[in-house]
Amino acid sequence: MKKIIIAFVIAVLPGFGFAAGGNVHLEKVDIDLNNKESLQRGAKLFVNYCLSCHSAQYMRYNRMGRDIGLTDKQVEQNLMFASDKVGETMTIAMPAEKSAKWFGTAPPDLSVIARSRGGADWLYTYLTGFYKDDSRPFGVNNTVFPDVGMPHVLWELEGLKEPVRDEENHITGYKYVTKGKLTPAEYDAAARDLTAFLVYVGEPVQQTRKAIGIWVLLFLFVLFVVSYYLKREYWKDVH
Amino acid sequence: MSKMTALMGWIDARFPLTKMMEEHATKYYAPKNFNFWYMFGILATVVLVIQFVTGIFLTMHYKPDAALAFGSVEYIMRDVPGGWFIRYMHSTGASAFFLVVYLHMYRGLMYGSYKAPRELIWIFGVLIYVALMAEAFMGYLLPWGQMSYWGAQVIVNLFAAVPFVGEELSVWIRGDYVISDATLNRFFAFHVIAVPLILIGLVVAHIMALHEVGSNNPDGVEIKKNKGPDGIPLDGIAFHPYYTVKDLMLIVVFLMVFFAIVFFAPEMGGYFIEHANFEPANSLKTPEHIAPVWYFTPYYAMLRAVPPILGSAFPGVVVMGAAIVVFFFLPWLDKSPVKSVRYKGMLSKTGMLIFAAWFIVLGWLGIKPSSPDFTILAQVGTLLYFAFFFFMPVFSSAEVKKTTGRMIGAAISVLVTVGMIIFWLQADGSMGMKLFAMVATVAFLFVYLLIPAFVKAETIKPVPERVTH
Repeated sequence: MKKIIIAFVIAVLPGFGFAAGGNVHLEKVDIDLNNKESLQRGAKLFVNYCLSCHSAQYMRYNRMGRDIGLTDKQVEQNLMFASDKVGETMTIAMPAEKSAKWFGTAPPDLSVIARSRGGADWLYTYLTGFYKDDSRPFGVNNTVFPDVGMPHVLWELEGLKEPVRDEENHITGYKYVTKGKLTPAEYDAAARDLTAFLVYVGEPVQQTRKAIGIWVLLFLFVLFVVSYYLKREYWKDVH
Repeated sequence: MSKMTALMGWIDARFPLTKMMEEHATKYYAPKNFNFWYMFGILATVVLVIQFVTGIFLTMHYKPDAALAFGSVEYIMRDVPGGWFIRYMHSTGASAFFLVVYLHMYRGLMYGSYKAPRELIWIFGVLIYVALMAEAFMGYLLPWGQMSYWGAQVIVNLFAAVPFVGEELSVWIRGDYVISDATLNRFFAFHVIAVPLILIGLVVAHIMALHEVGSNNPDGVEIKKNKGPDGIPLDGIAFHPYYTVKDLMLIVVFLMVFFAIVFFAPEMGGYFIEHANFEPANSLKTPEHIAPVWYFTPYYAMLRAVPPILGSAFPGVVVMGAAIVVFFFLPWLDKSPVKSVRYKGMLSKTGMLIFAAWFIVLGWLGIKPSSPDFTILAQVGTLLYFAFFFFMPVFSSAEVKKTTGRMIGAAISVLVTVGMIIFWLQADGSMGMKLFAMVATVAFLFVYLLIPAFVKAETIKPVPERVTH
């Protein structure tokens, strides 16, 4: 047996020598999808700053309201600018052919952006990663999405920052050239709220799913105990 | 006579219900010494049922239309009551299917379940595996995400590499010059009707053949050789109730793992549902890295490992196909007089482990973007994968025989090894990796070719008369 284990280790070993390739550095972010106020603030940012160019065509207003703790009335009065029926999805009026001309590419639908980008970290890094770059048409560039076609729509809130580079031209930090309405700490919180909201939109059922999951596993555990004793009872006479 | 017995009598006079129940359950005697490796057959059946039931419900809401497919999946996730649950069971089920089938096949490999008289069980099983791959491949196109689209594009393009008829063949498969609405519709038809029908037929054949000859067991002892005065195998126990209650318990354990994934990690970190597949299919935007789902990656790694010859990718396609076809020949490649790995020699044991280890390494390589070093590693993996089958008649034989066939085999493998070393010398890649590739290949050749020729390494242990515990 020992020989087999050694043989196995030797056989597998070469596979472990190579680490995964270098990706762009992502900032780690903690979001809390149970924090309804955070989601509401995120929703407000989303409808005010994102929803004129980006749609979320699979997300319904009333479903969103229910999930983040708002009544239909509150949703209608505070979050609906693009449509008038609360059962509708978050679509936009801007035609894709025109926006493709304006931005180089049509702004993508954001319903499942959190899932296609693999989670919160990318979104948060993206939202906090805009920096001043005069070579770009909109005067900004992005750390995780180089040469992005999108302007920094939150610049009034964040202000504009310029990268500080080392000798090898790597970005090591930022220095603000224009002050925004929010302090850096406040903007950071806003970016977290918006990230949390987009993660919620990516899969509205996710918190319910986990809550049900616990009961399913508990039930299966009880079933396991019963089936274990049933098996033991039957197998008593097998020798 | 009770009402129940009367009813059974009425049915039995018209349909062999009791006879079938006895044949397949209450009087089907299975060896009593099954270990945990023997649970994957019943688990595969459970997953098959899950896939059928969830598939039927998904079909009620899914739209096989290039303009609507992606959206219809999102509506299933959001607006269809319980739709997310059904969809996650189906997507997790696909990966679970391959996981249990791979373990089920490896069980067969370990305990010689393909050896006489069970060759047909094995062949039906490999056919099920092939059908399953077709089913999974075509089902993966249906969500119409970027990976669905480009994965299908890459695989269908493989058919275009077939000499002379390739171009026409690939257009015939797609129904168009690129993957399009026509492809989606026909893949949908195959995924929900054609292949499931074939699968069901093959599963029935697989189980009928099994119940005809009886189950193998971890000792590889034929329990039918030792029968009691009542004609019942001494080491056999009735499938029902003994294995039904045991399987029930094991199914519950499996479901705990299965539903832990469904409810807490349905994407499984991007391995069960790839992140890029949440972007709708776009024929104008090729993703920088196209990776199939994990269960296809060992073969994908082999495909990429073979360099194109005269600009044609066909050799890679042949190697990939051969990697699957070779399974059909397993019953005749294994010359060992014993079935179970428990009584086989060191060479067979290490061969099996090296094979499994490299299958996993190849799977890992198939996920990674290709690089010169990874290509060399995948070439080593591909070589050792085939070497396992090629050398099996040598290392599984108990006696050292110097036959002409063996001499030809030895000559071929020496030639291949020398060829690979020359190839690696001029290939791209780091010196360390090249060295590793050469050492690994030569070492394998040495162990499996030279040792059996000079030393009696394959010492078979005596197989007991009755099963052990």
